[in-house]
Amino acid sequence: MSPEHGVAAATALTNYVFPNDIHVHWSLMIVLYPYITGIVAGAFIVSSLYHVFHIESLKPVSRYALVFALAFVAFATAPLLNHLGHPERAMSMMLTPNPTSAMAGFGYIYSAYSIVLILEILFIYRPTLVALKQTATGFKRKLYGMLTLGSDNVSEKSLALDHKIIAFLAAIGIPMACTLHGYVGFIFGGVKANPMWATPLMPVIFLLSASVSGIAGIIFSYVLIKTFTGRFIDMDCVRTLIKFLWGCFILDFVFEMLELFSHAYMATHHWEALRDLYFGPLYSTFWIAQVGVFSVIPFVALGILSLVKLPDGVVKFFGSLISLMILVQVLLMRWNVVIGGQLMSKSERGHTVFRPEWFEKEGIMVSIVIMLLPIIFLYILSKVFPFWLDDEPAVEKQSA
Amino acid sequence: MIRAIEKEISQDRRAFIKKVLGGTIAGSLLLVIPAGAVDLTGIPEQIPGMRGDTAPFITKKKFAFIVDITRCIGCGSCCVADKNEYKVPDGMYRTWVERYVIDDEDNVYVDSPNGGLDGYQEPREDIPHPTRDTFFVPKLCNMCEHPSCVQVCPVGATYQTEDGFVLVDSKRCVACGYCVQACPYSVRFINPETKTADKCTWCYHRVRKGLLPACVNVCPVQARKFGDLNDKDSEVYNILHQPHVVSVLKPGMGNKPALHYVGLRREVV
Repeated sequence: MSPEHGVAAATALTNYVFPNDIHVHWSLMIVLYPYITGIVAGAFIVSSLYHVFHIESLKPVSRYALVFALAFVAFATAPLLNHLGHPERAMSMMLTPNPTSAMAGFGYIYSAYSIVLILEILFIYRPTLVALKQTATGFKRKLYGMLTLGSDNVSEKSLALDHKIIAFLAAIGIPMACTLHGYVGFIFGGVKANPMWATPLMPVIFLLSASVSGIAGIIFSYVLIKTFTGRFIDMDCVRTLIKFLWGCFILDFVFEMLELFSHAYMATHHWEALRDLYFGPLYSTFWIAQVGVFSVIPFVALGILSLVKLPDGVVKFFGSLISLMILVQVLLMRWNVVIGGQLMSKSERGHTVFRPEWFEKEGIMVSIVIMLLPIIFLYILSKVFPFWLDDEPAVEKQSA
Repeated sequence: MIRAIEKEISQDRRAFIKKVLGGTIAGSLLLVIPAGAVDLTGIPEQIPGMRGDTAPFITKKKFAFIVDITRCIGCGSCCVADKNEYKVPDGMYRTWVERYVIDDEDNVYVDSPNGGLDGYQEPREDIPHPTRDTFFVPKLCNMCEHPSCVQVCPVGATYQTEDGFVLVDSKRCVACGYCVQACPYSVRFINPETKTADKCTWCYHRVRKGLLPACVNVCPVQARKFGDLNDKDSEVYNILHQPHVVSVLKPGMGNKPALHYVGLRREVV
């Protein structure tokens, strides 16, 4: 027997998984759920950077980011409902919630946040919608009539009031977006039975990765849509977004590594099991993919893009490419946390395996469909809410 | 057209008469066979004083479950009894038995093939070093005083009764699986047939009728014990109030299990 074979045999010998831990209960749907809510929270933050913190260079994407957030928030619960064994009872979480449950609050936080987001979009778009209503006919006219909330008043006084409301909504929207995603982190971080999840850093890491995925989503889709529709890309805006992405990603990546480092440094009785997990079944998805390829490369590249004066074409191409990589990094992080946490049995003596199937209720095909739905919805929304300010010169004059 | 309608009506009439007849026969049978009330007079009361207690909750009793590791022989009878009692789907376990083998290098080897359902007929022969110690550890719901599953259930489908049982209301459960994640002891699973969370109940339905849990009933070596801690004559009271080596699983979790183990080794998780 070779020494390697001996090691493998010893690992197999000691690999004891509790019988009920062999099956991974939270699979792809629960990977997508924090991924989608994270994109929502992050996109909202981009919009708030302009509306609340007056980062003027982000004006070109300030409206788009909100509509983008709306497209994703509309489907944030889709994976959850598909996951539930009894989705017809889902409303019980809101109608008769258990106050001690970390999960029961999601319905309220999600609903409140959605309302704020919709209201903010309606108020920001109101002058635009009024102008569009005047030129529209038939169904579209009725739709715009509803969306303007029945008020065609675009006088200076009325718009000034709108601006106050918008500032207020954006201001309460930021803590709500942070709460939404910090809270999603807490759903995992509060599970004391799982040593990988049970860390107070979990909400922080979830929030930072949310910001990162939202900003990256905006950069990637902004450059992509503008390129394919042959429109002008505001490079000042893209450069500012890249700087914010870099800043958030520094914090995100550092905290992700610090979290693991703390486990390793303290080396409590959990560490042995965690180490076996990170260097065992998670080796390729965590170390190679999430850390090696999709964190280190964007980390360095974003630094270069932010600090070195590069031609517009280079920034455009690499900015969107790195953003796409960041979107993959965050998806990998969700996978490694959600699936990884369940691979380690609570026996702390072994780990199970998980391979997603293509065609099953919570399989890969359904996941792809769920991720496509917000993109299709975004396209439909673009027919109602013009994304770009340069689309409507007549309206621009009114709302400026 | 009219003929077709007439045919339909006559068919309906026939179905109606069939239903009335069926209902009458079923109703008459119900008068003869008392529904739901199983006659227990022939079966001796296994938990003293239970049959006189008809209140919704058994508030005067404090139940405890004790597993004596020094007695368990790993026959798997408890697992078989449990599977039969609840028709537990294959691959899911309300209770299971683990086999521990410790070698003279202090390596711990644990297994539980098929949850111990088939019993441990053969010794493990794949251990590279001489064996120092072996024992079996039956596992089941810990019925925690501070249950994580009850804390996290978003709809209150998992609840704690006043008499200390942690149960699942399968008519409320949404099967989100949060309780499965939260249980430190991994006693929960999502039942693929009911599509709800499921776990050991310490045979609440049997206990209410004065009967011991099915697994306790069948254990040939009395390794599983169940009783009332408020009854000073009960075996569980005497074990927990005398100098025994008694502990609970994962005490650091703070869940305060009502499931105690006699002779628990530090190697057991």
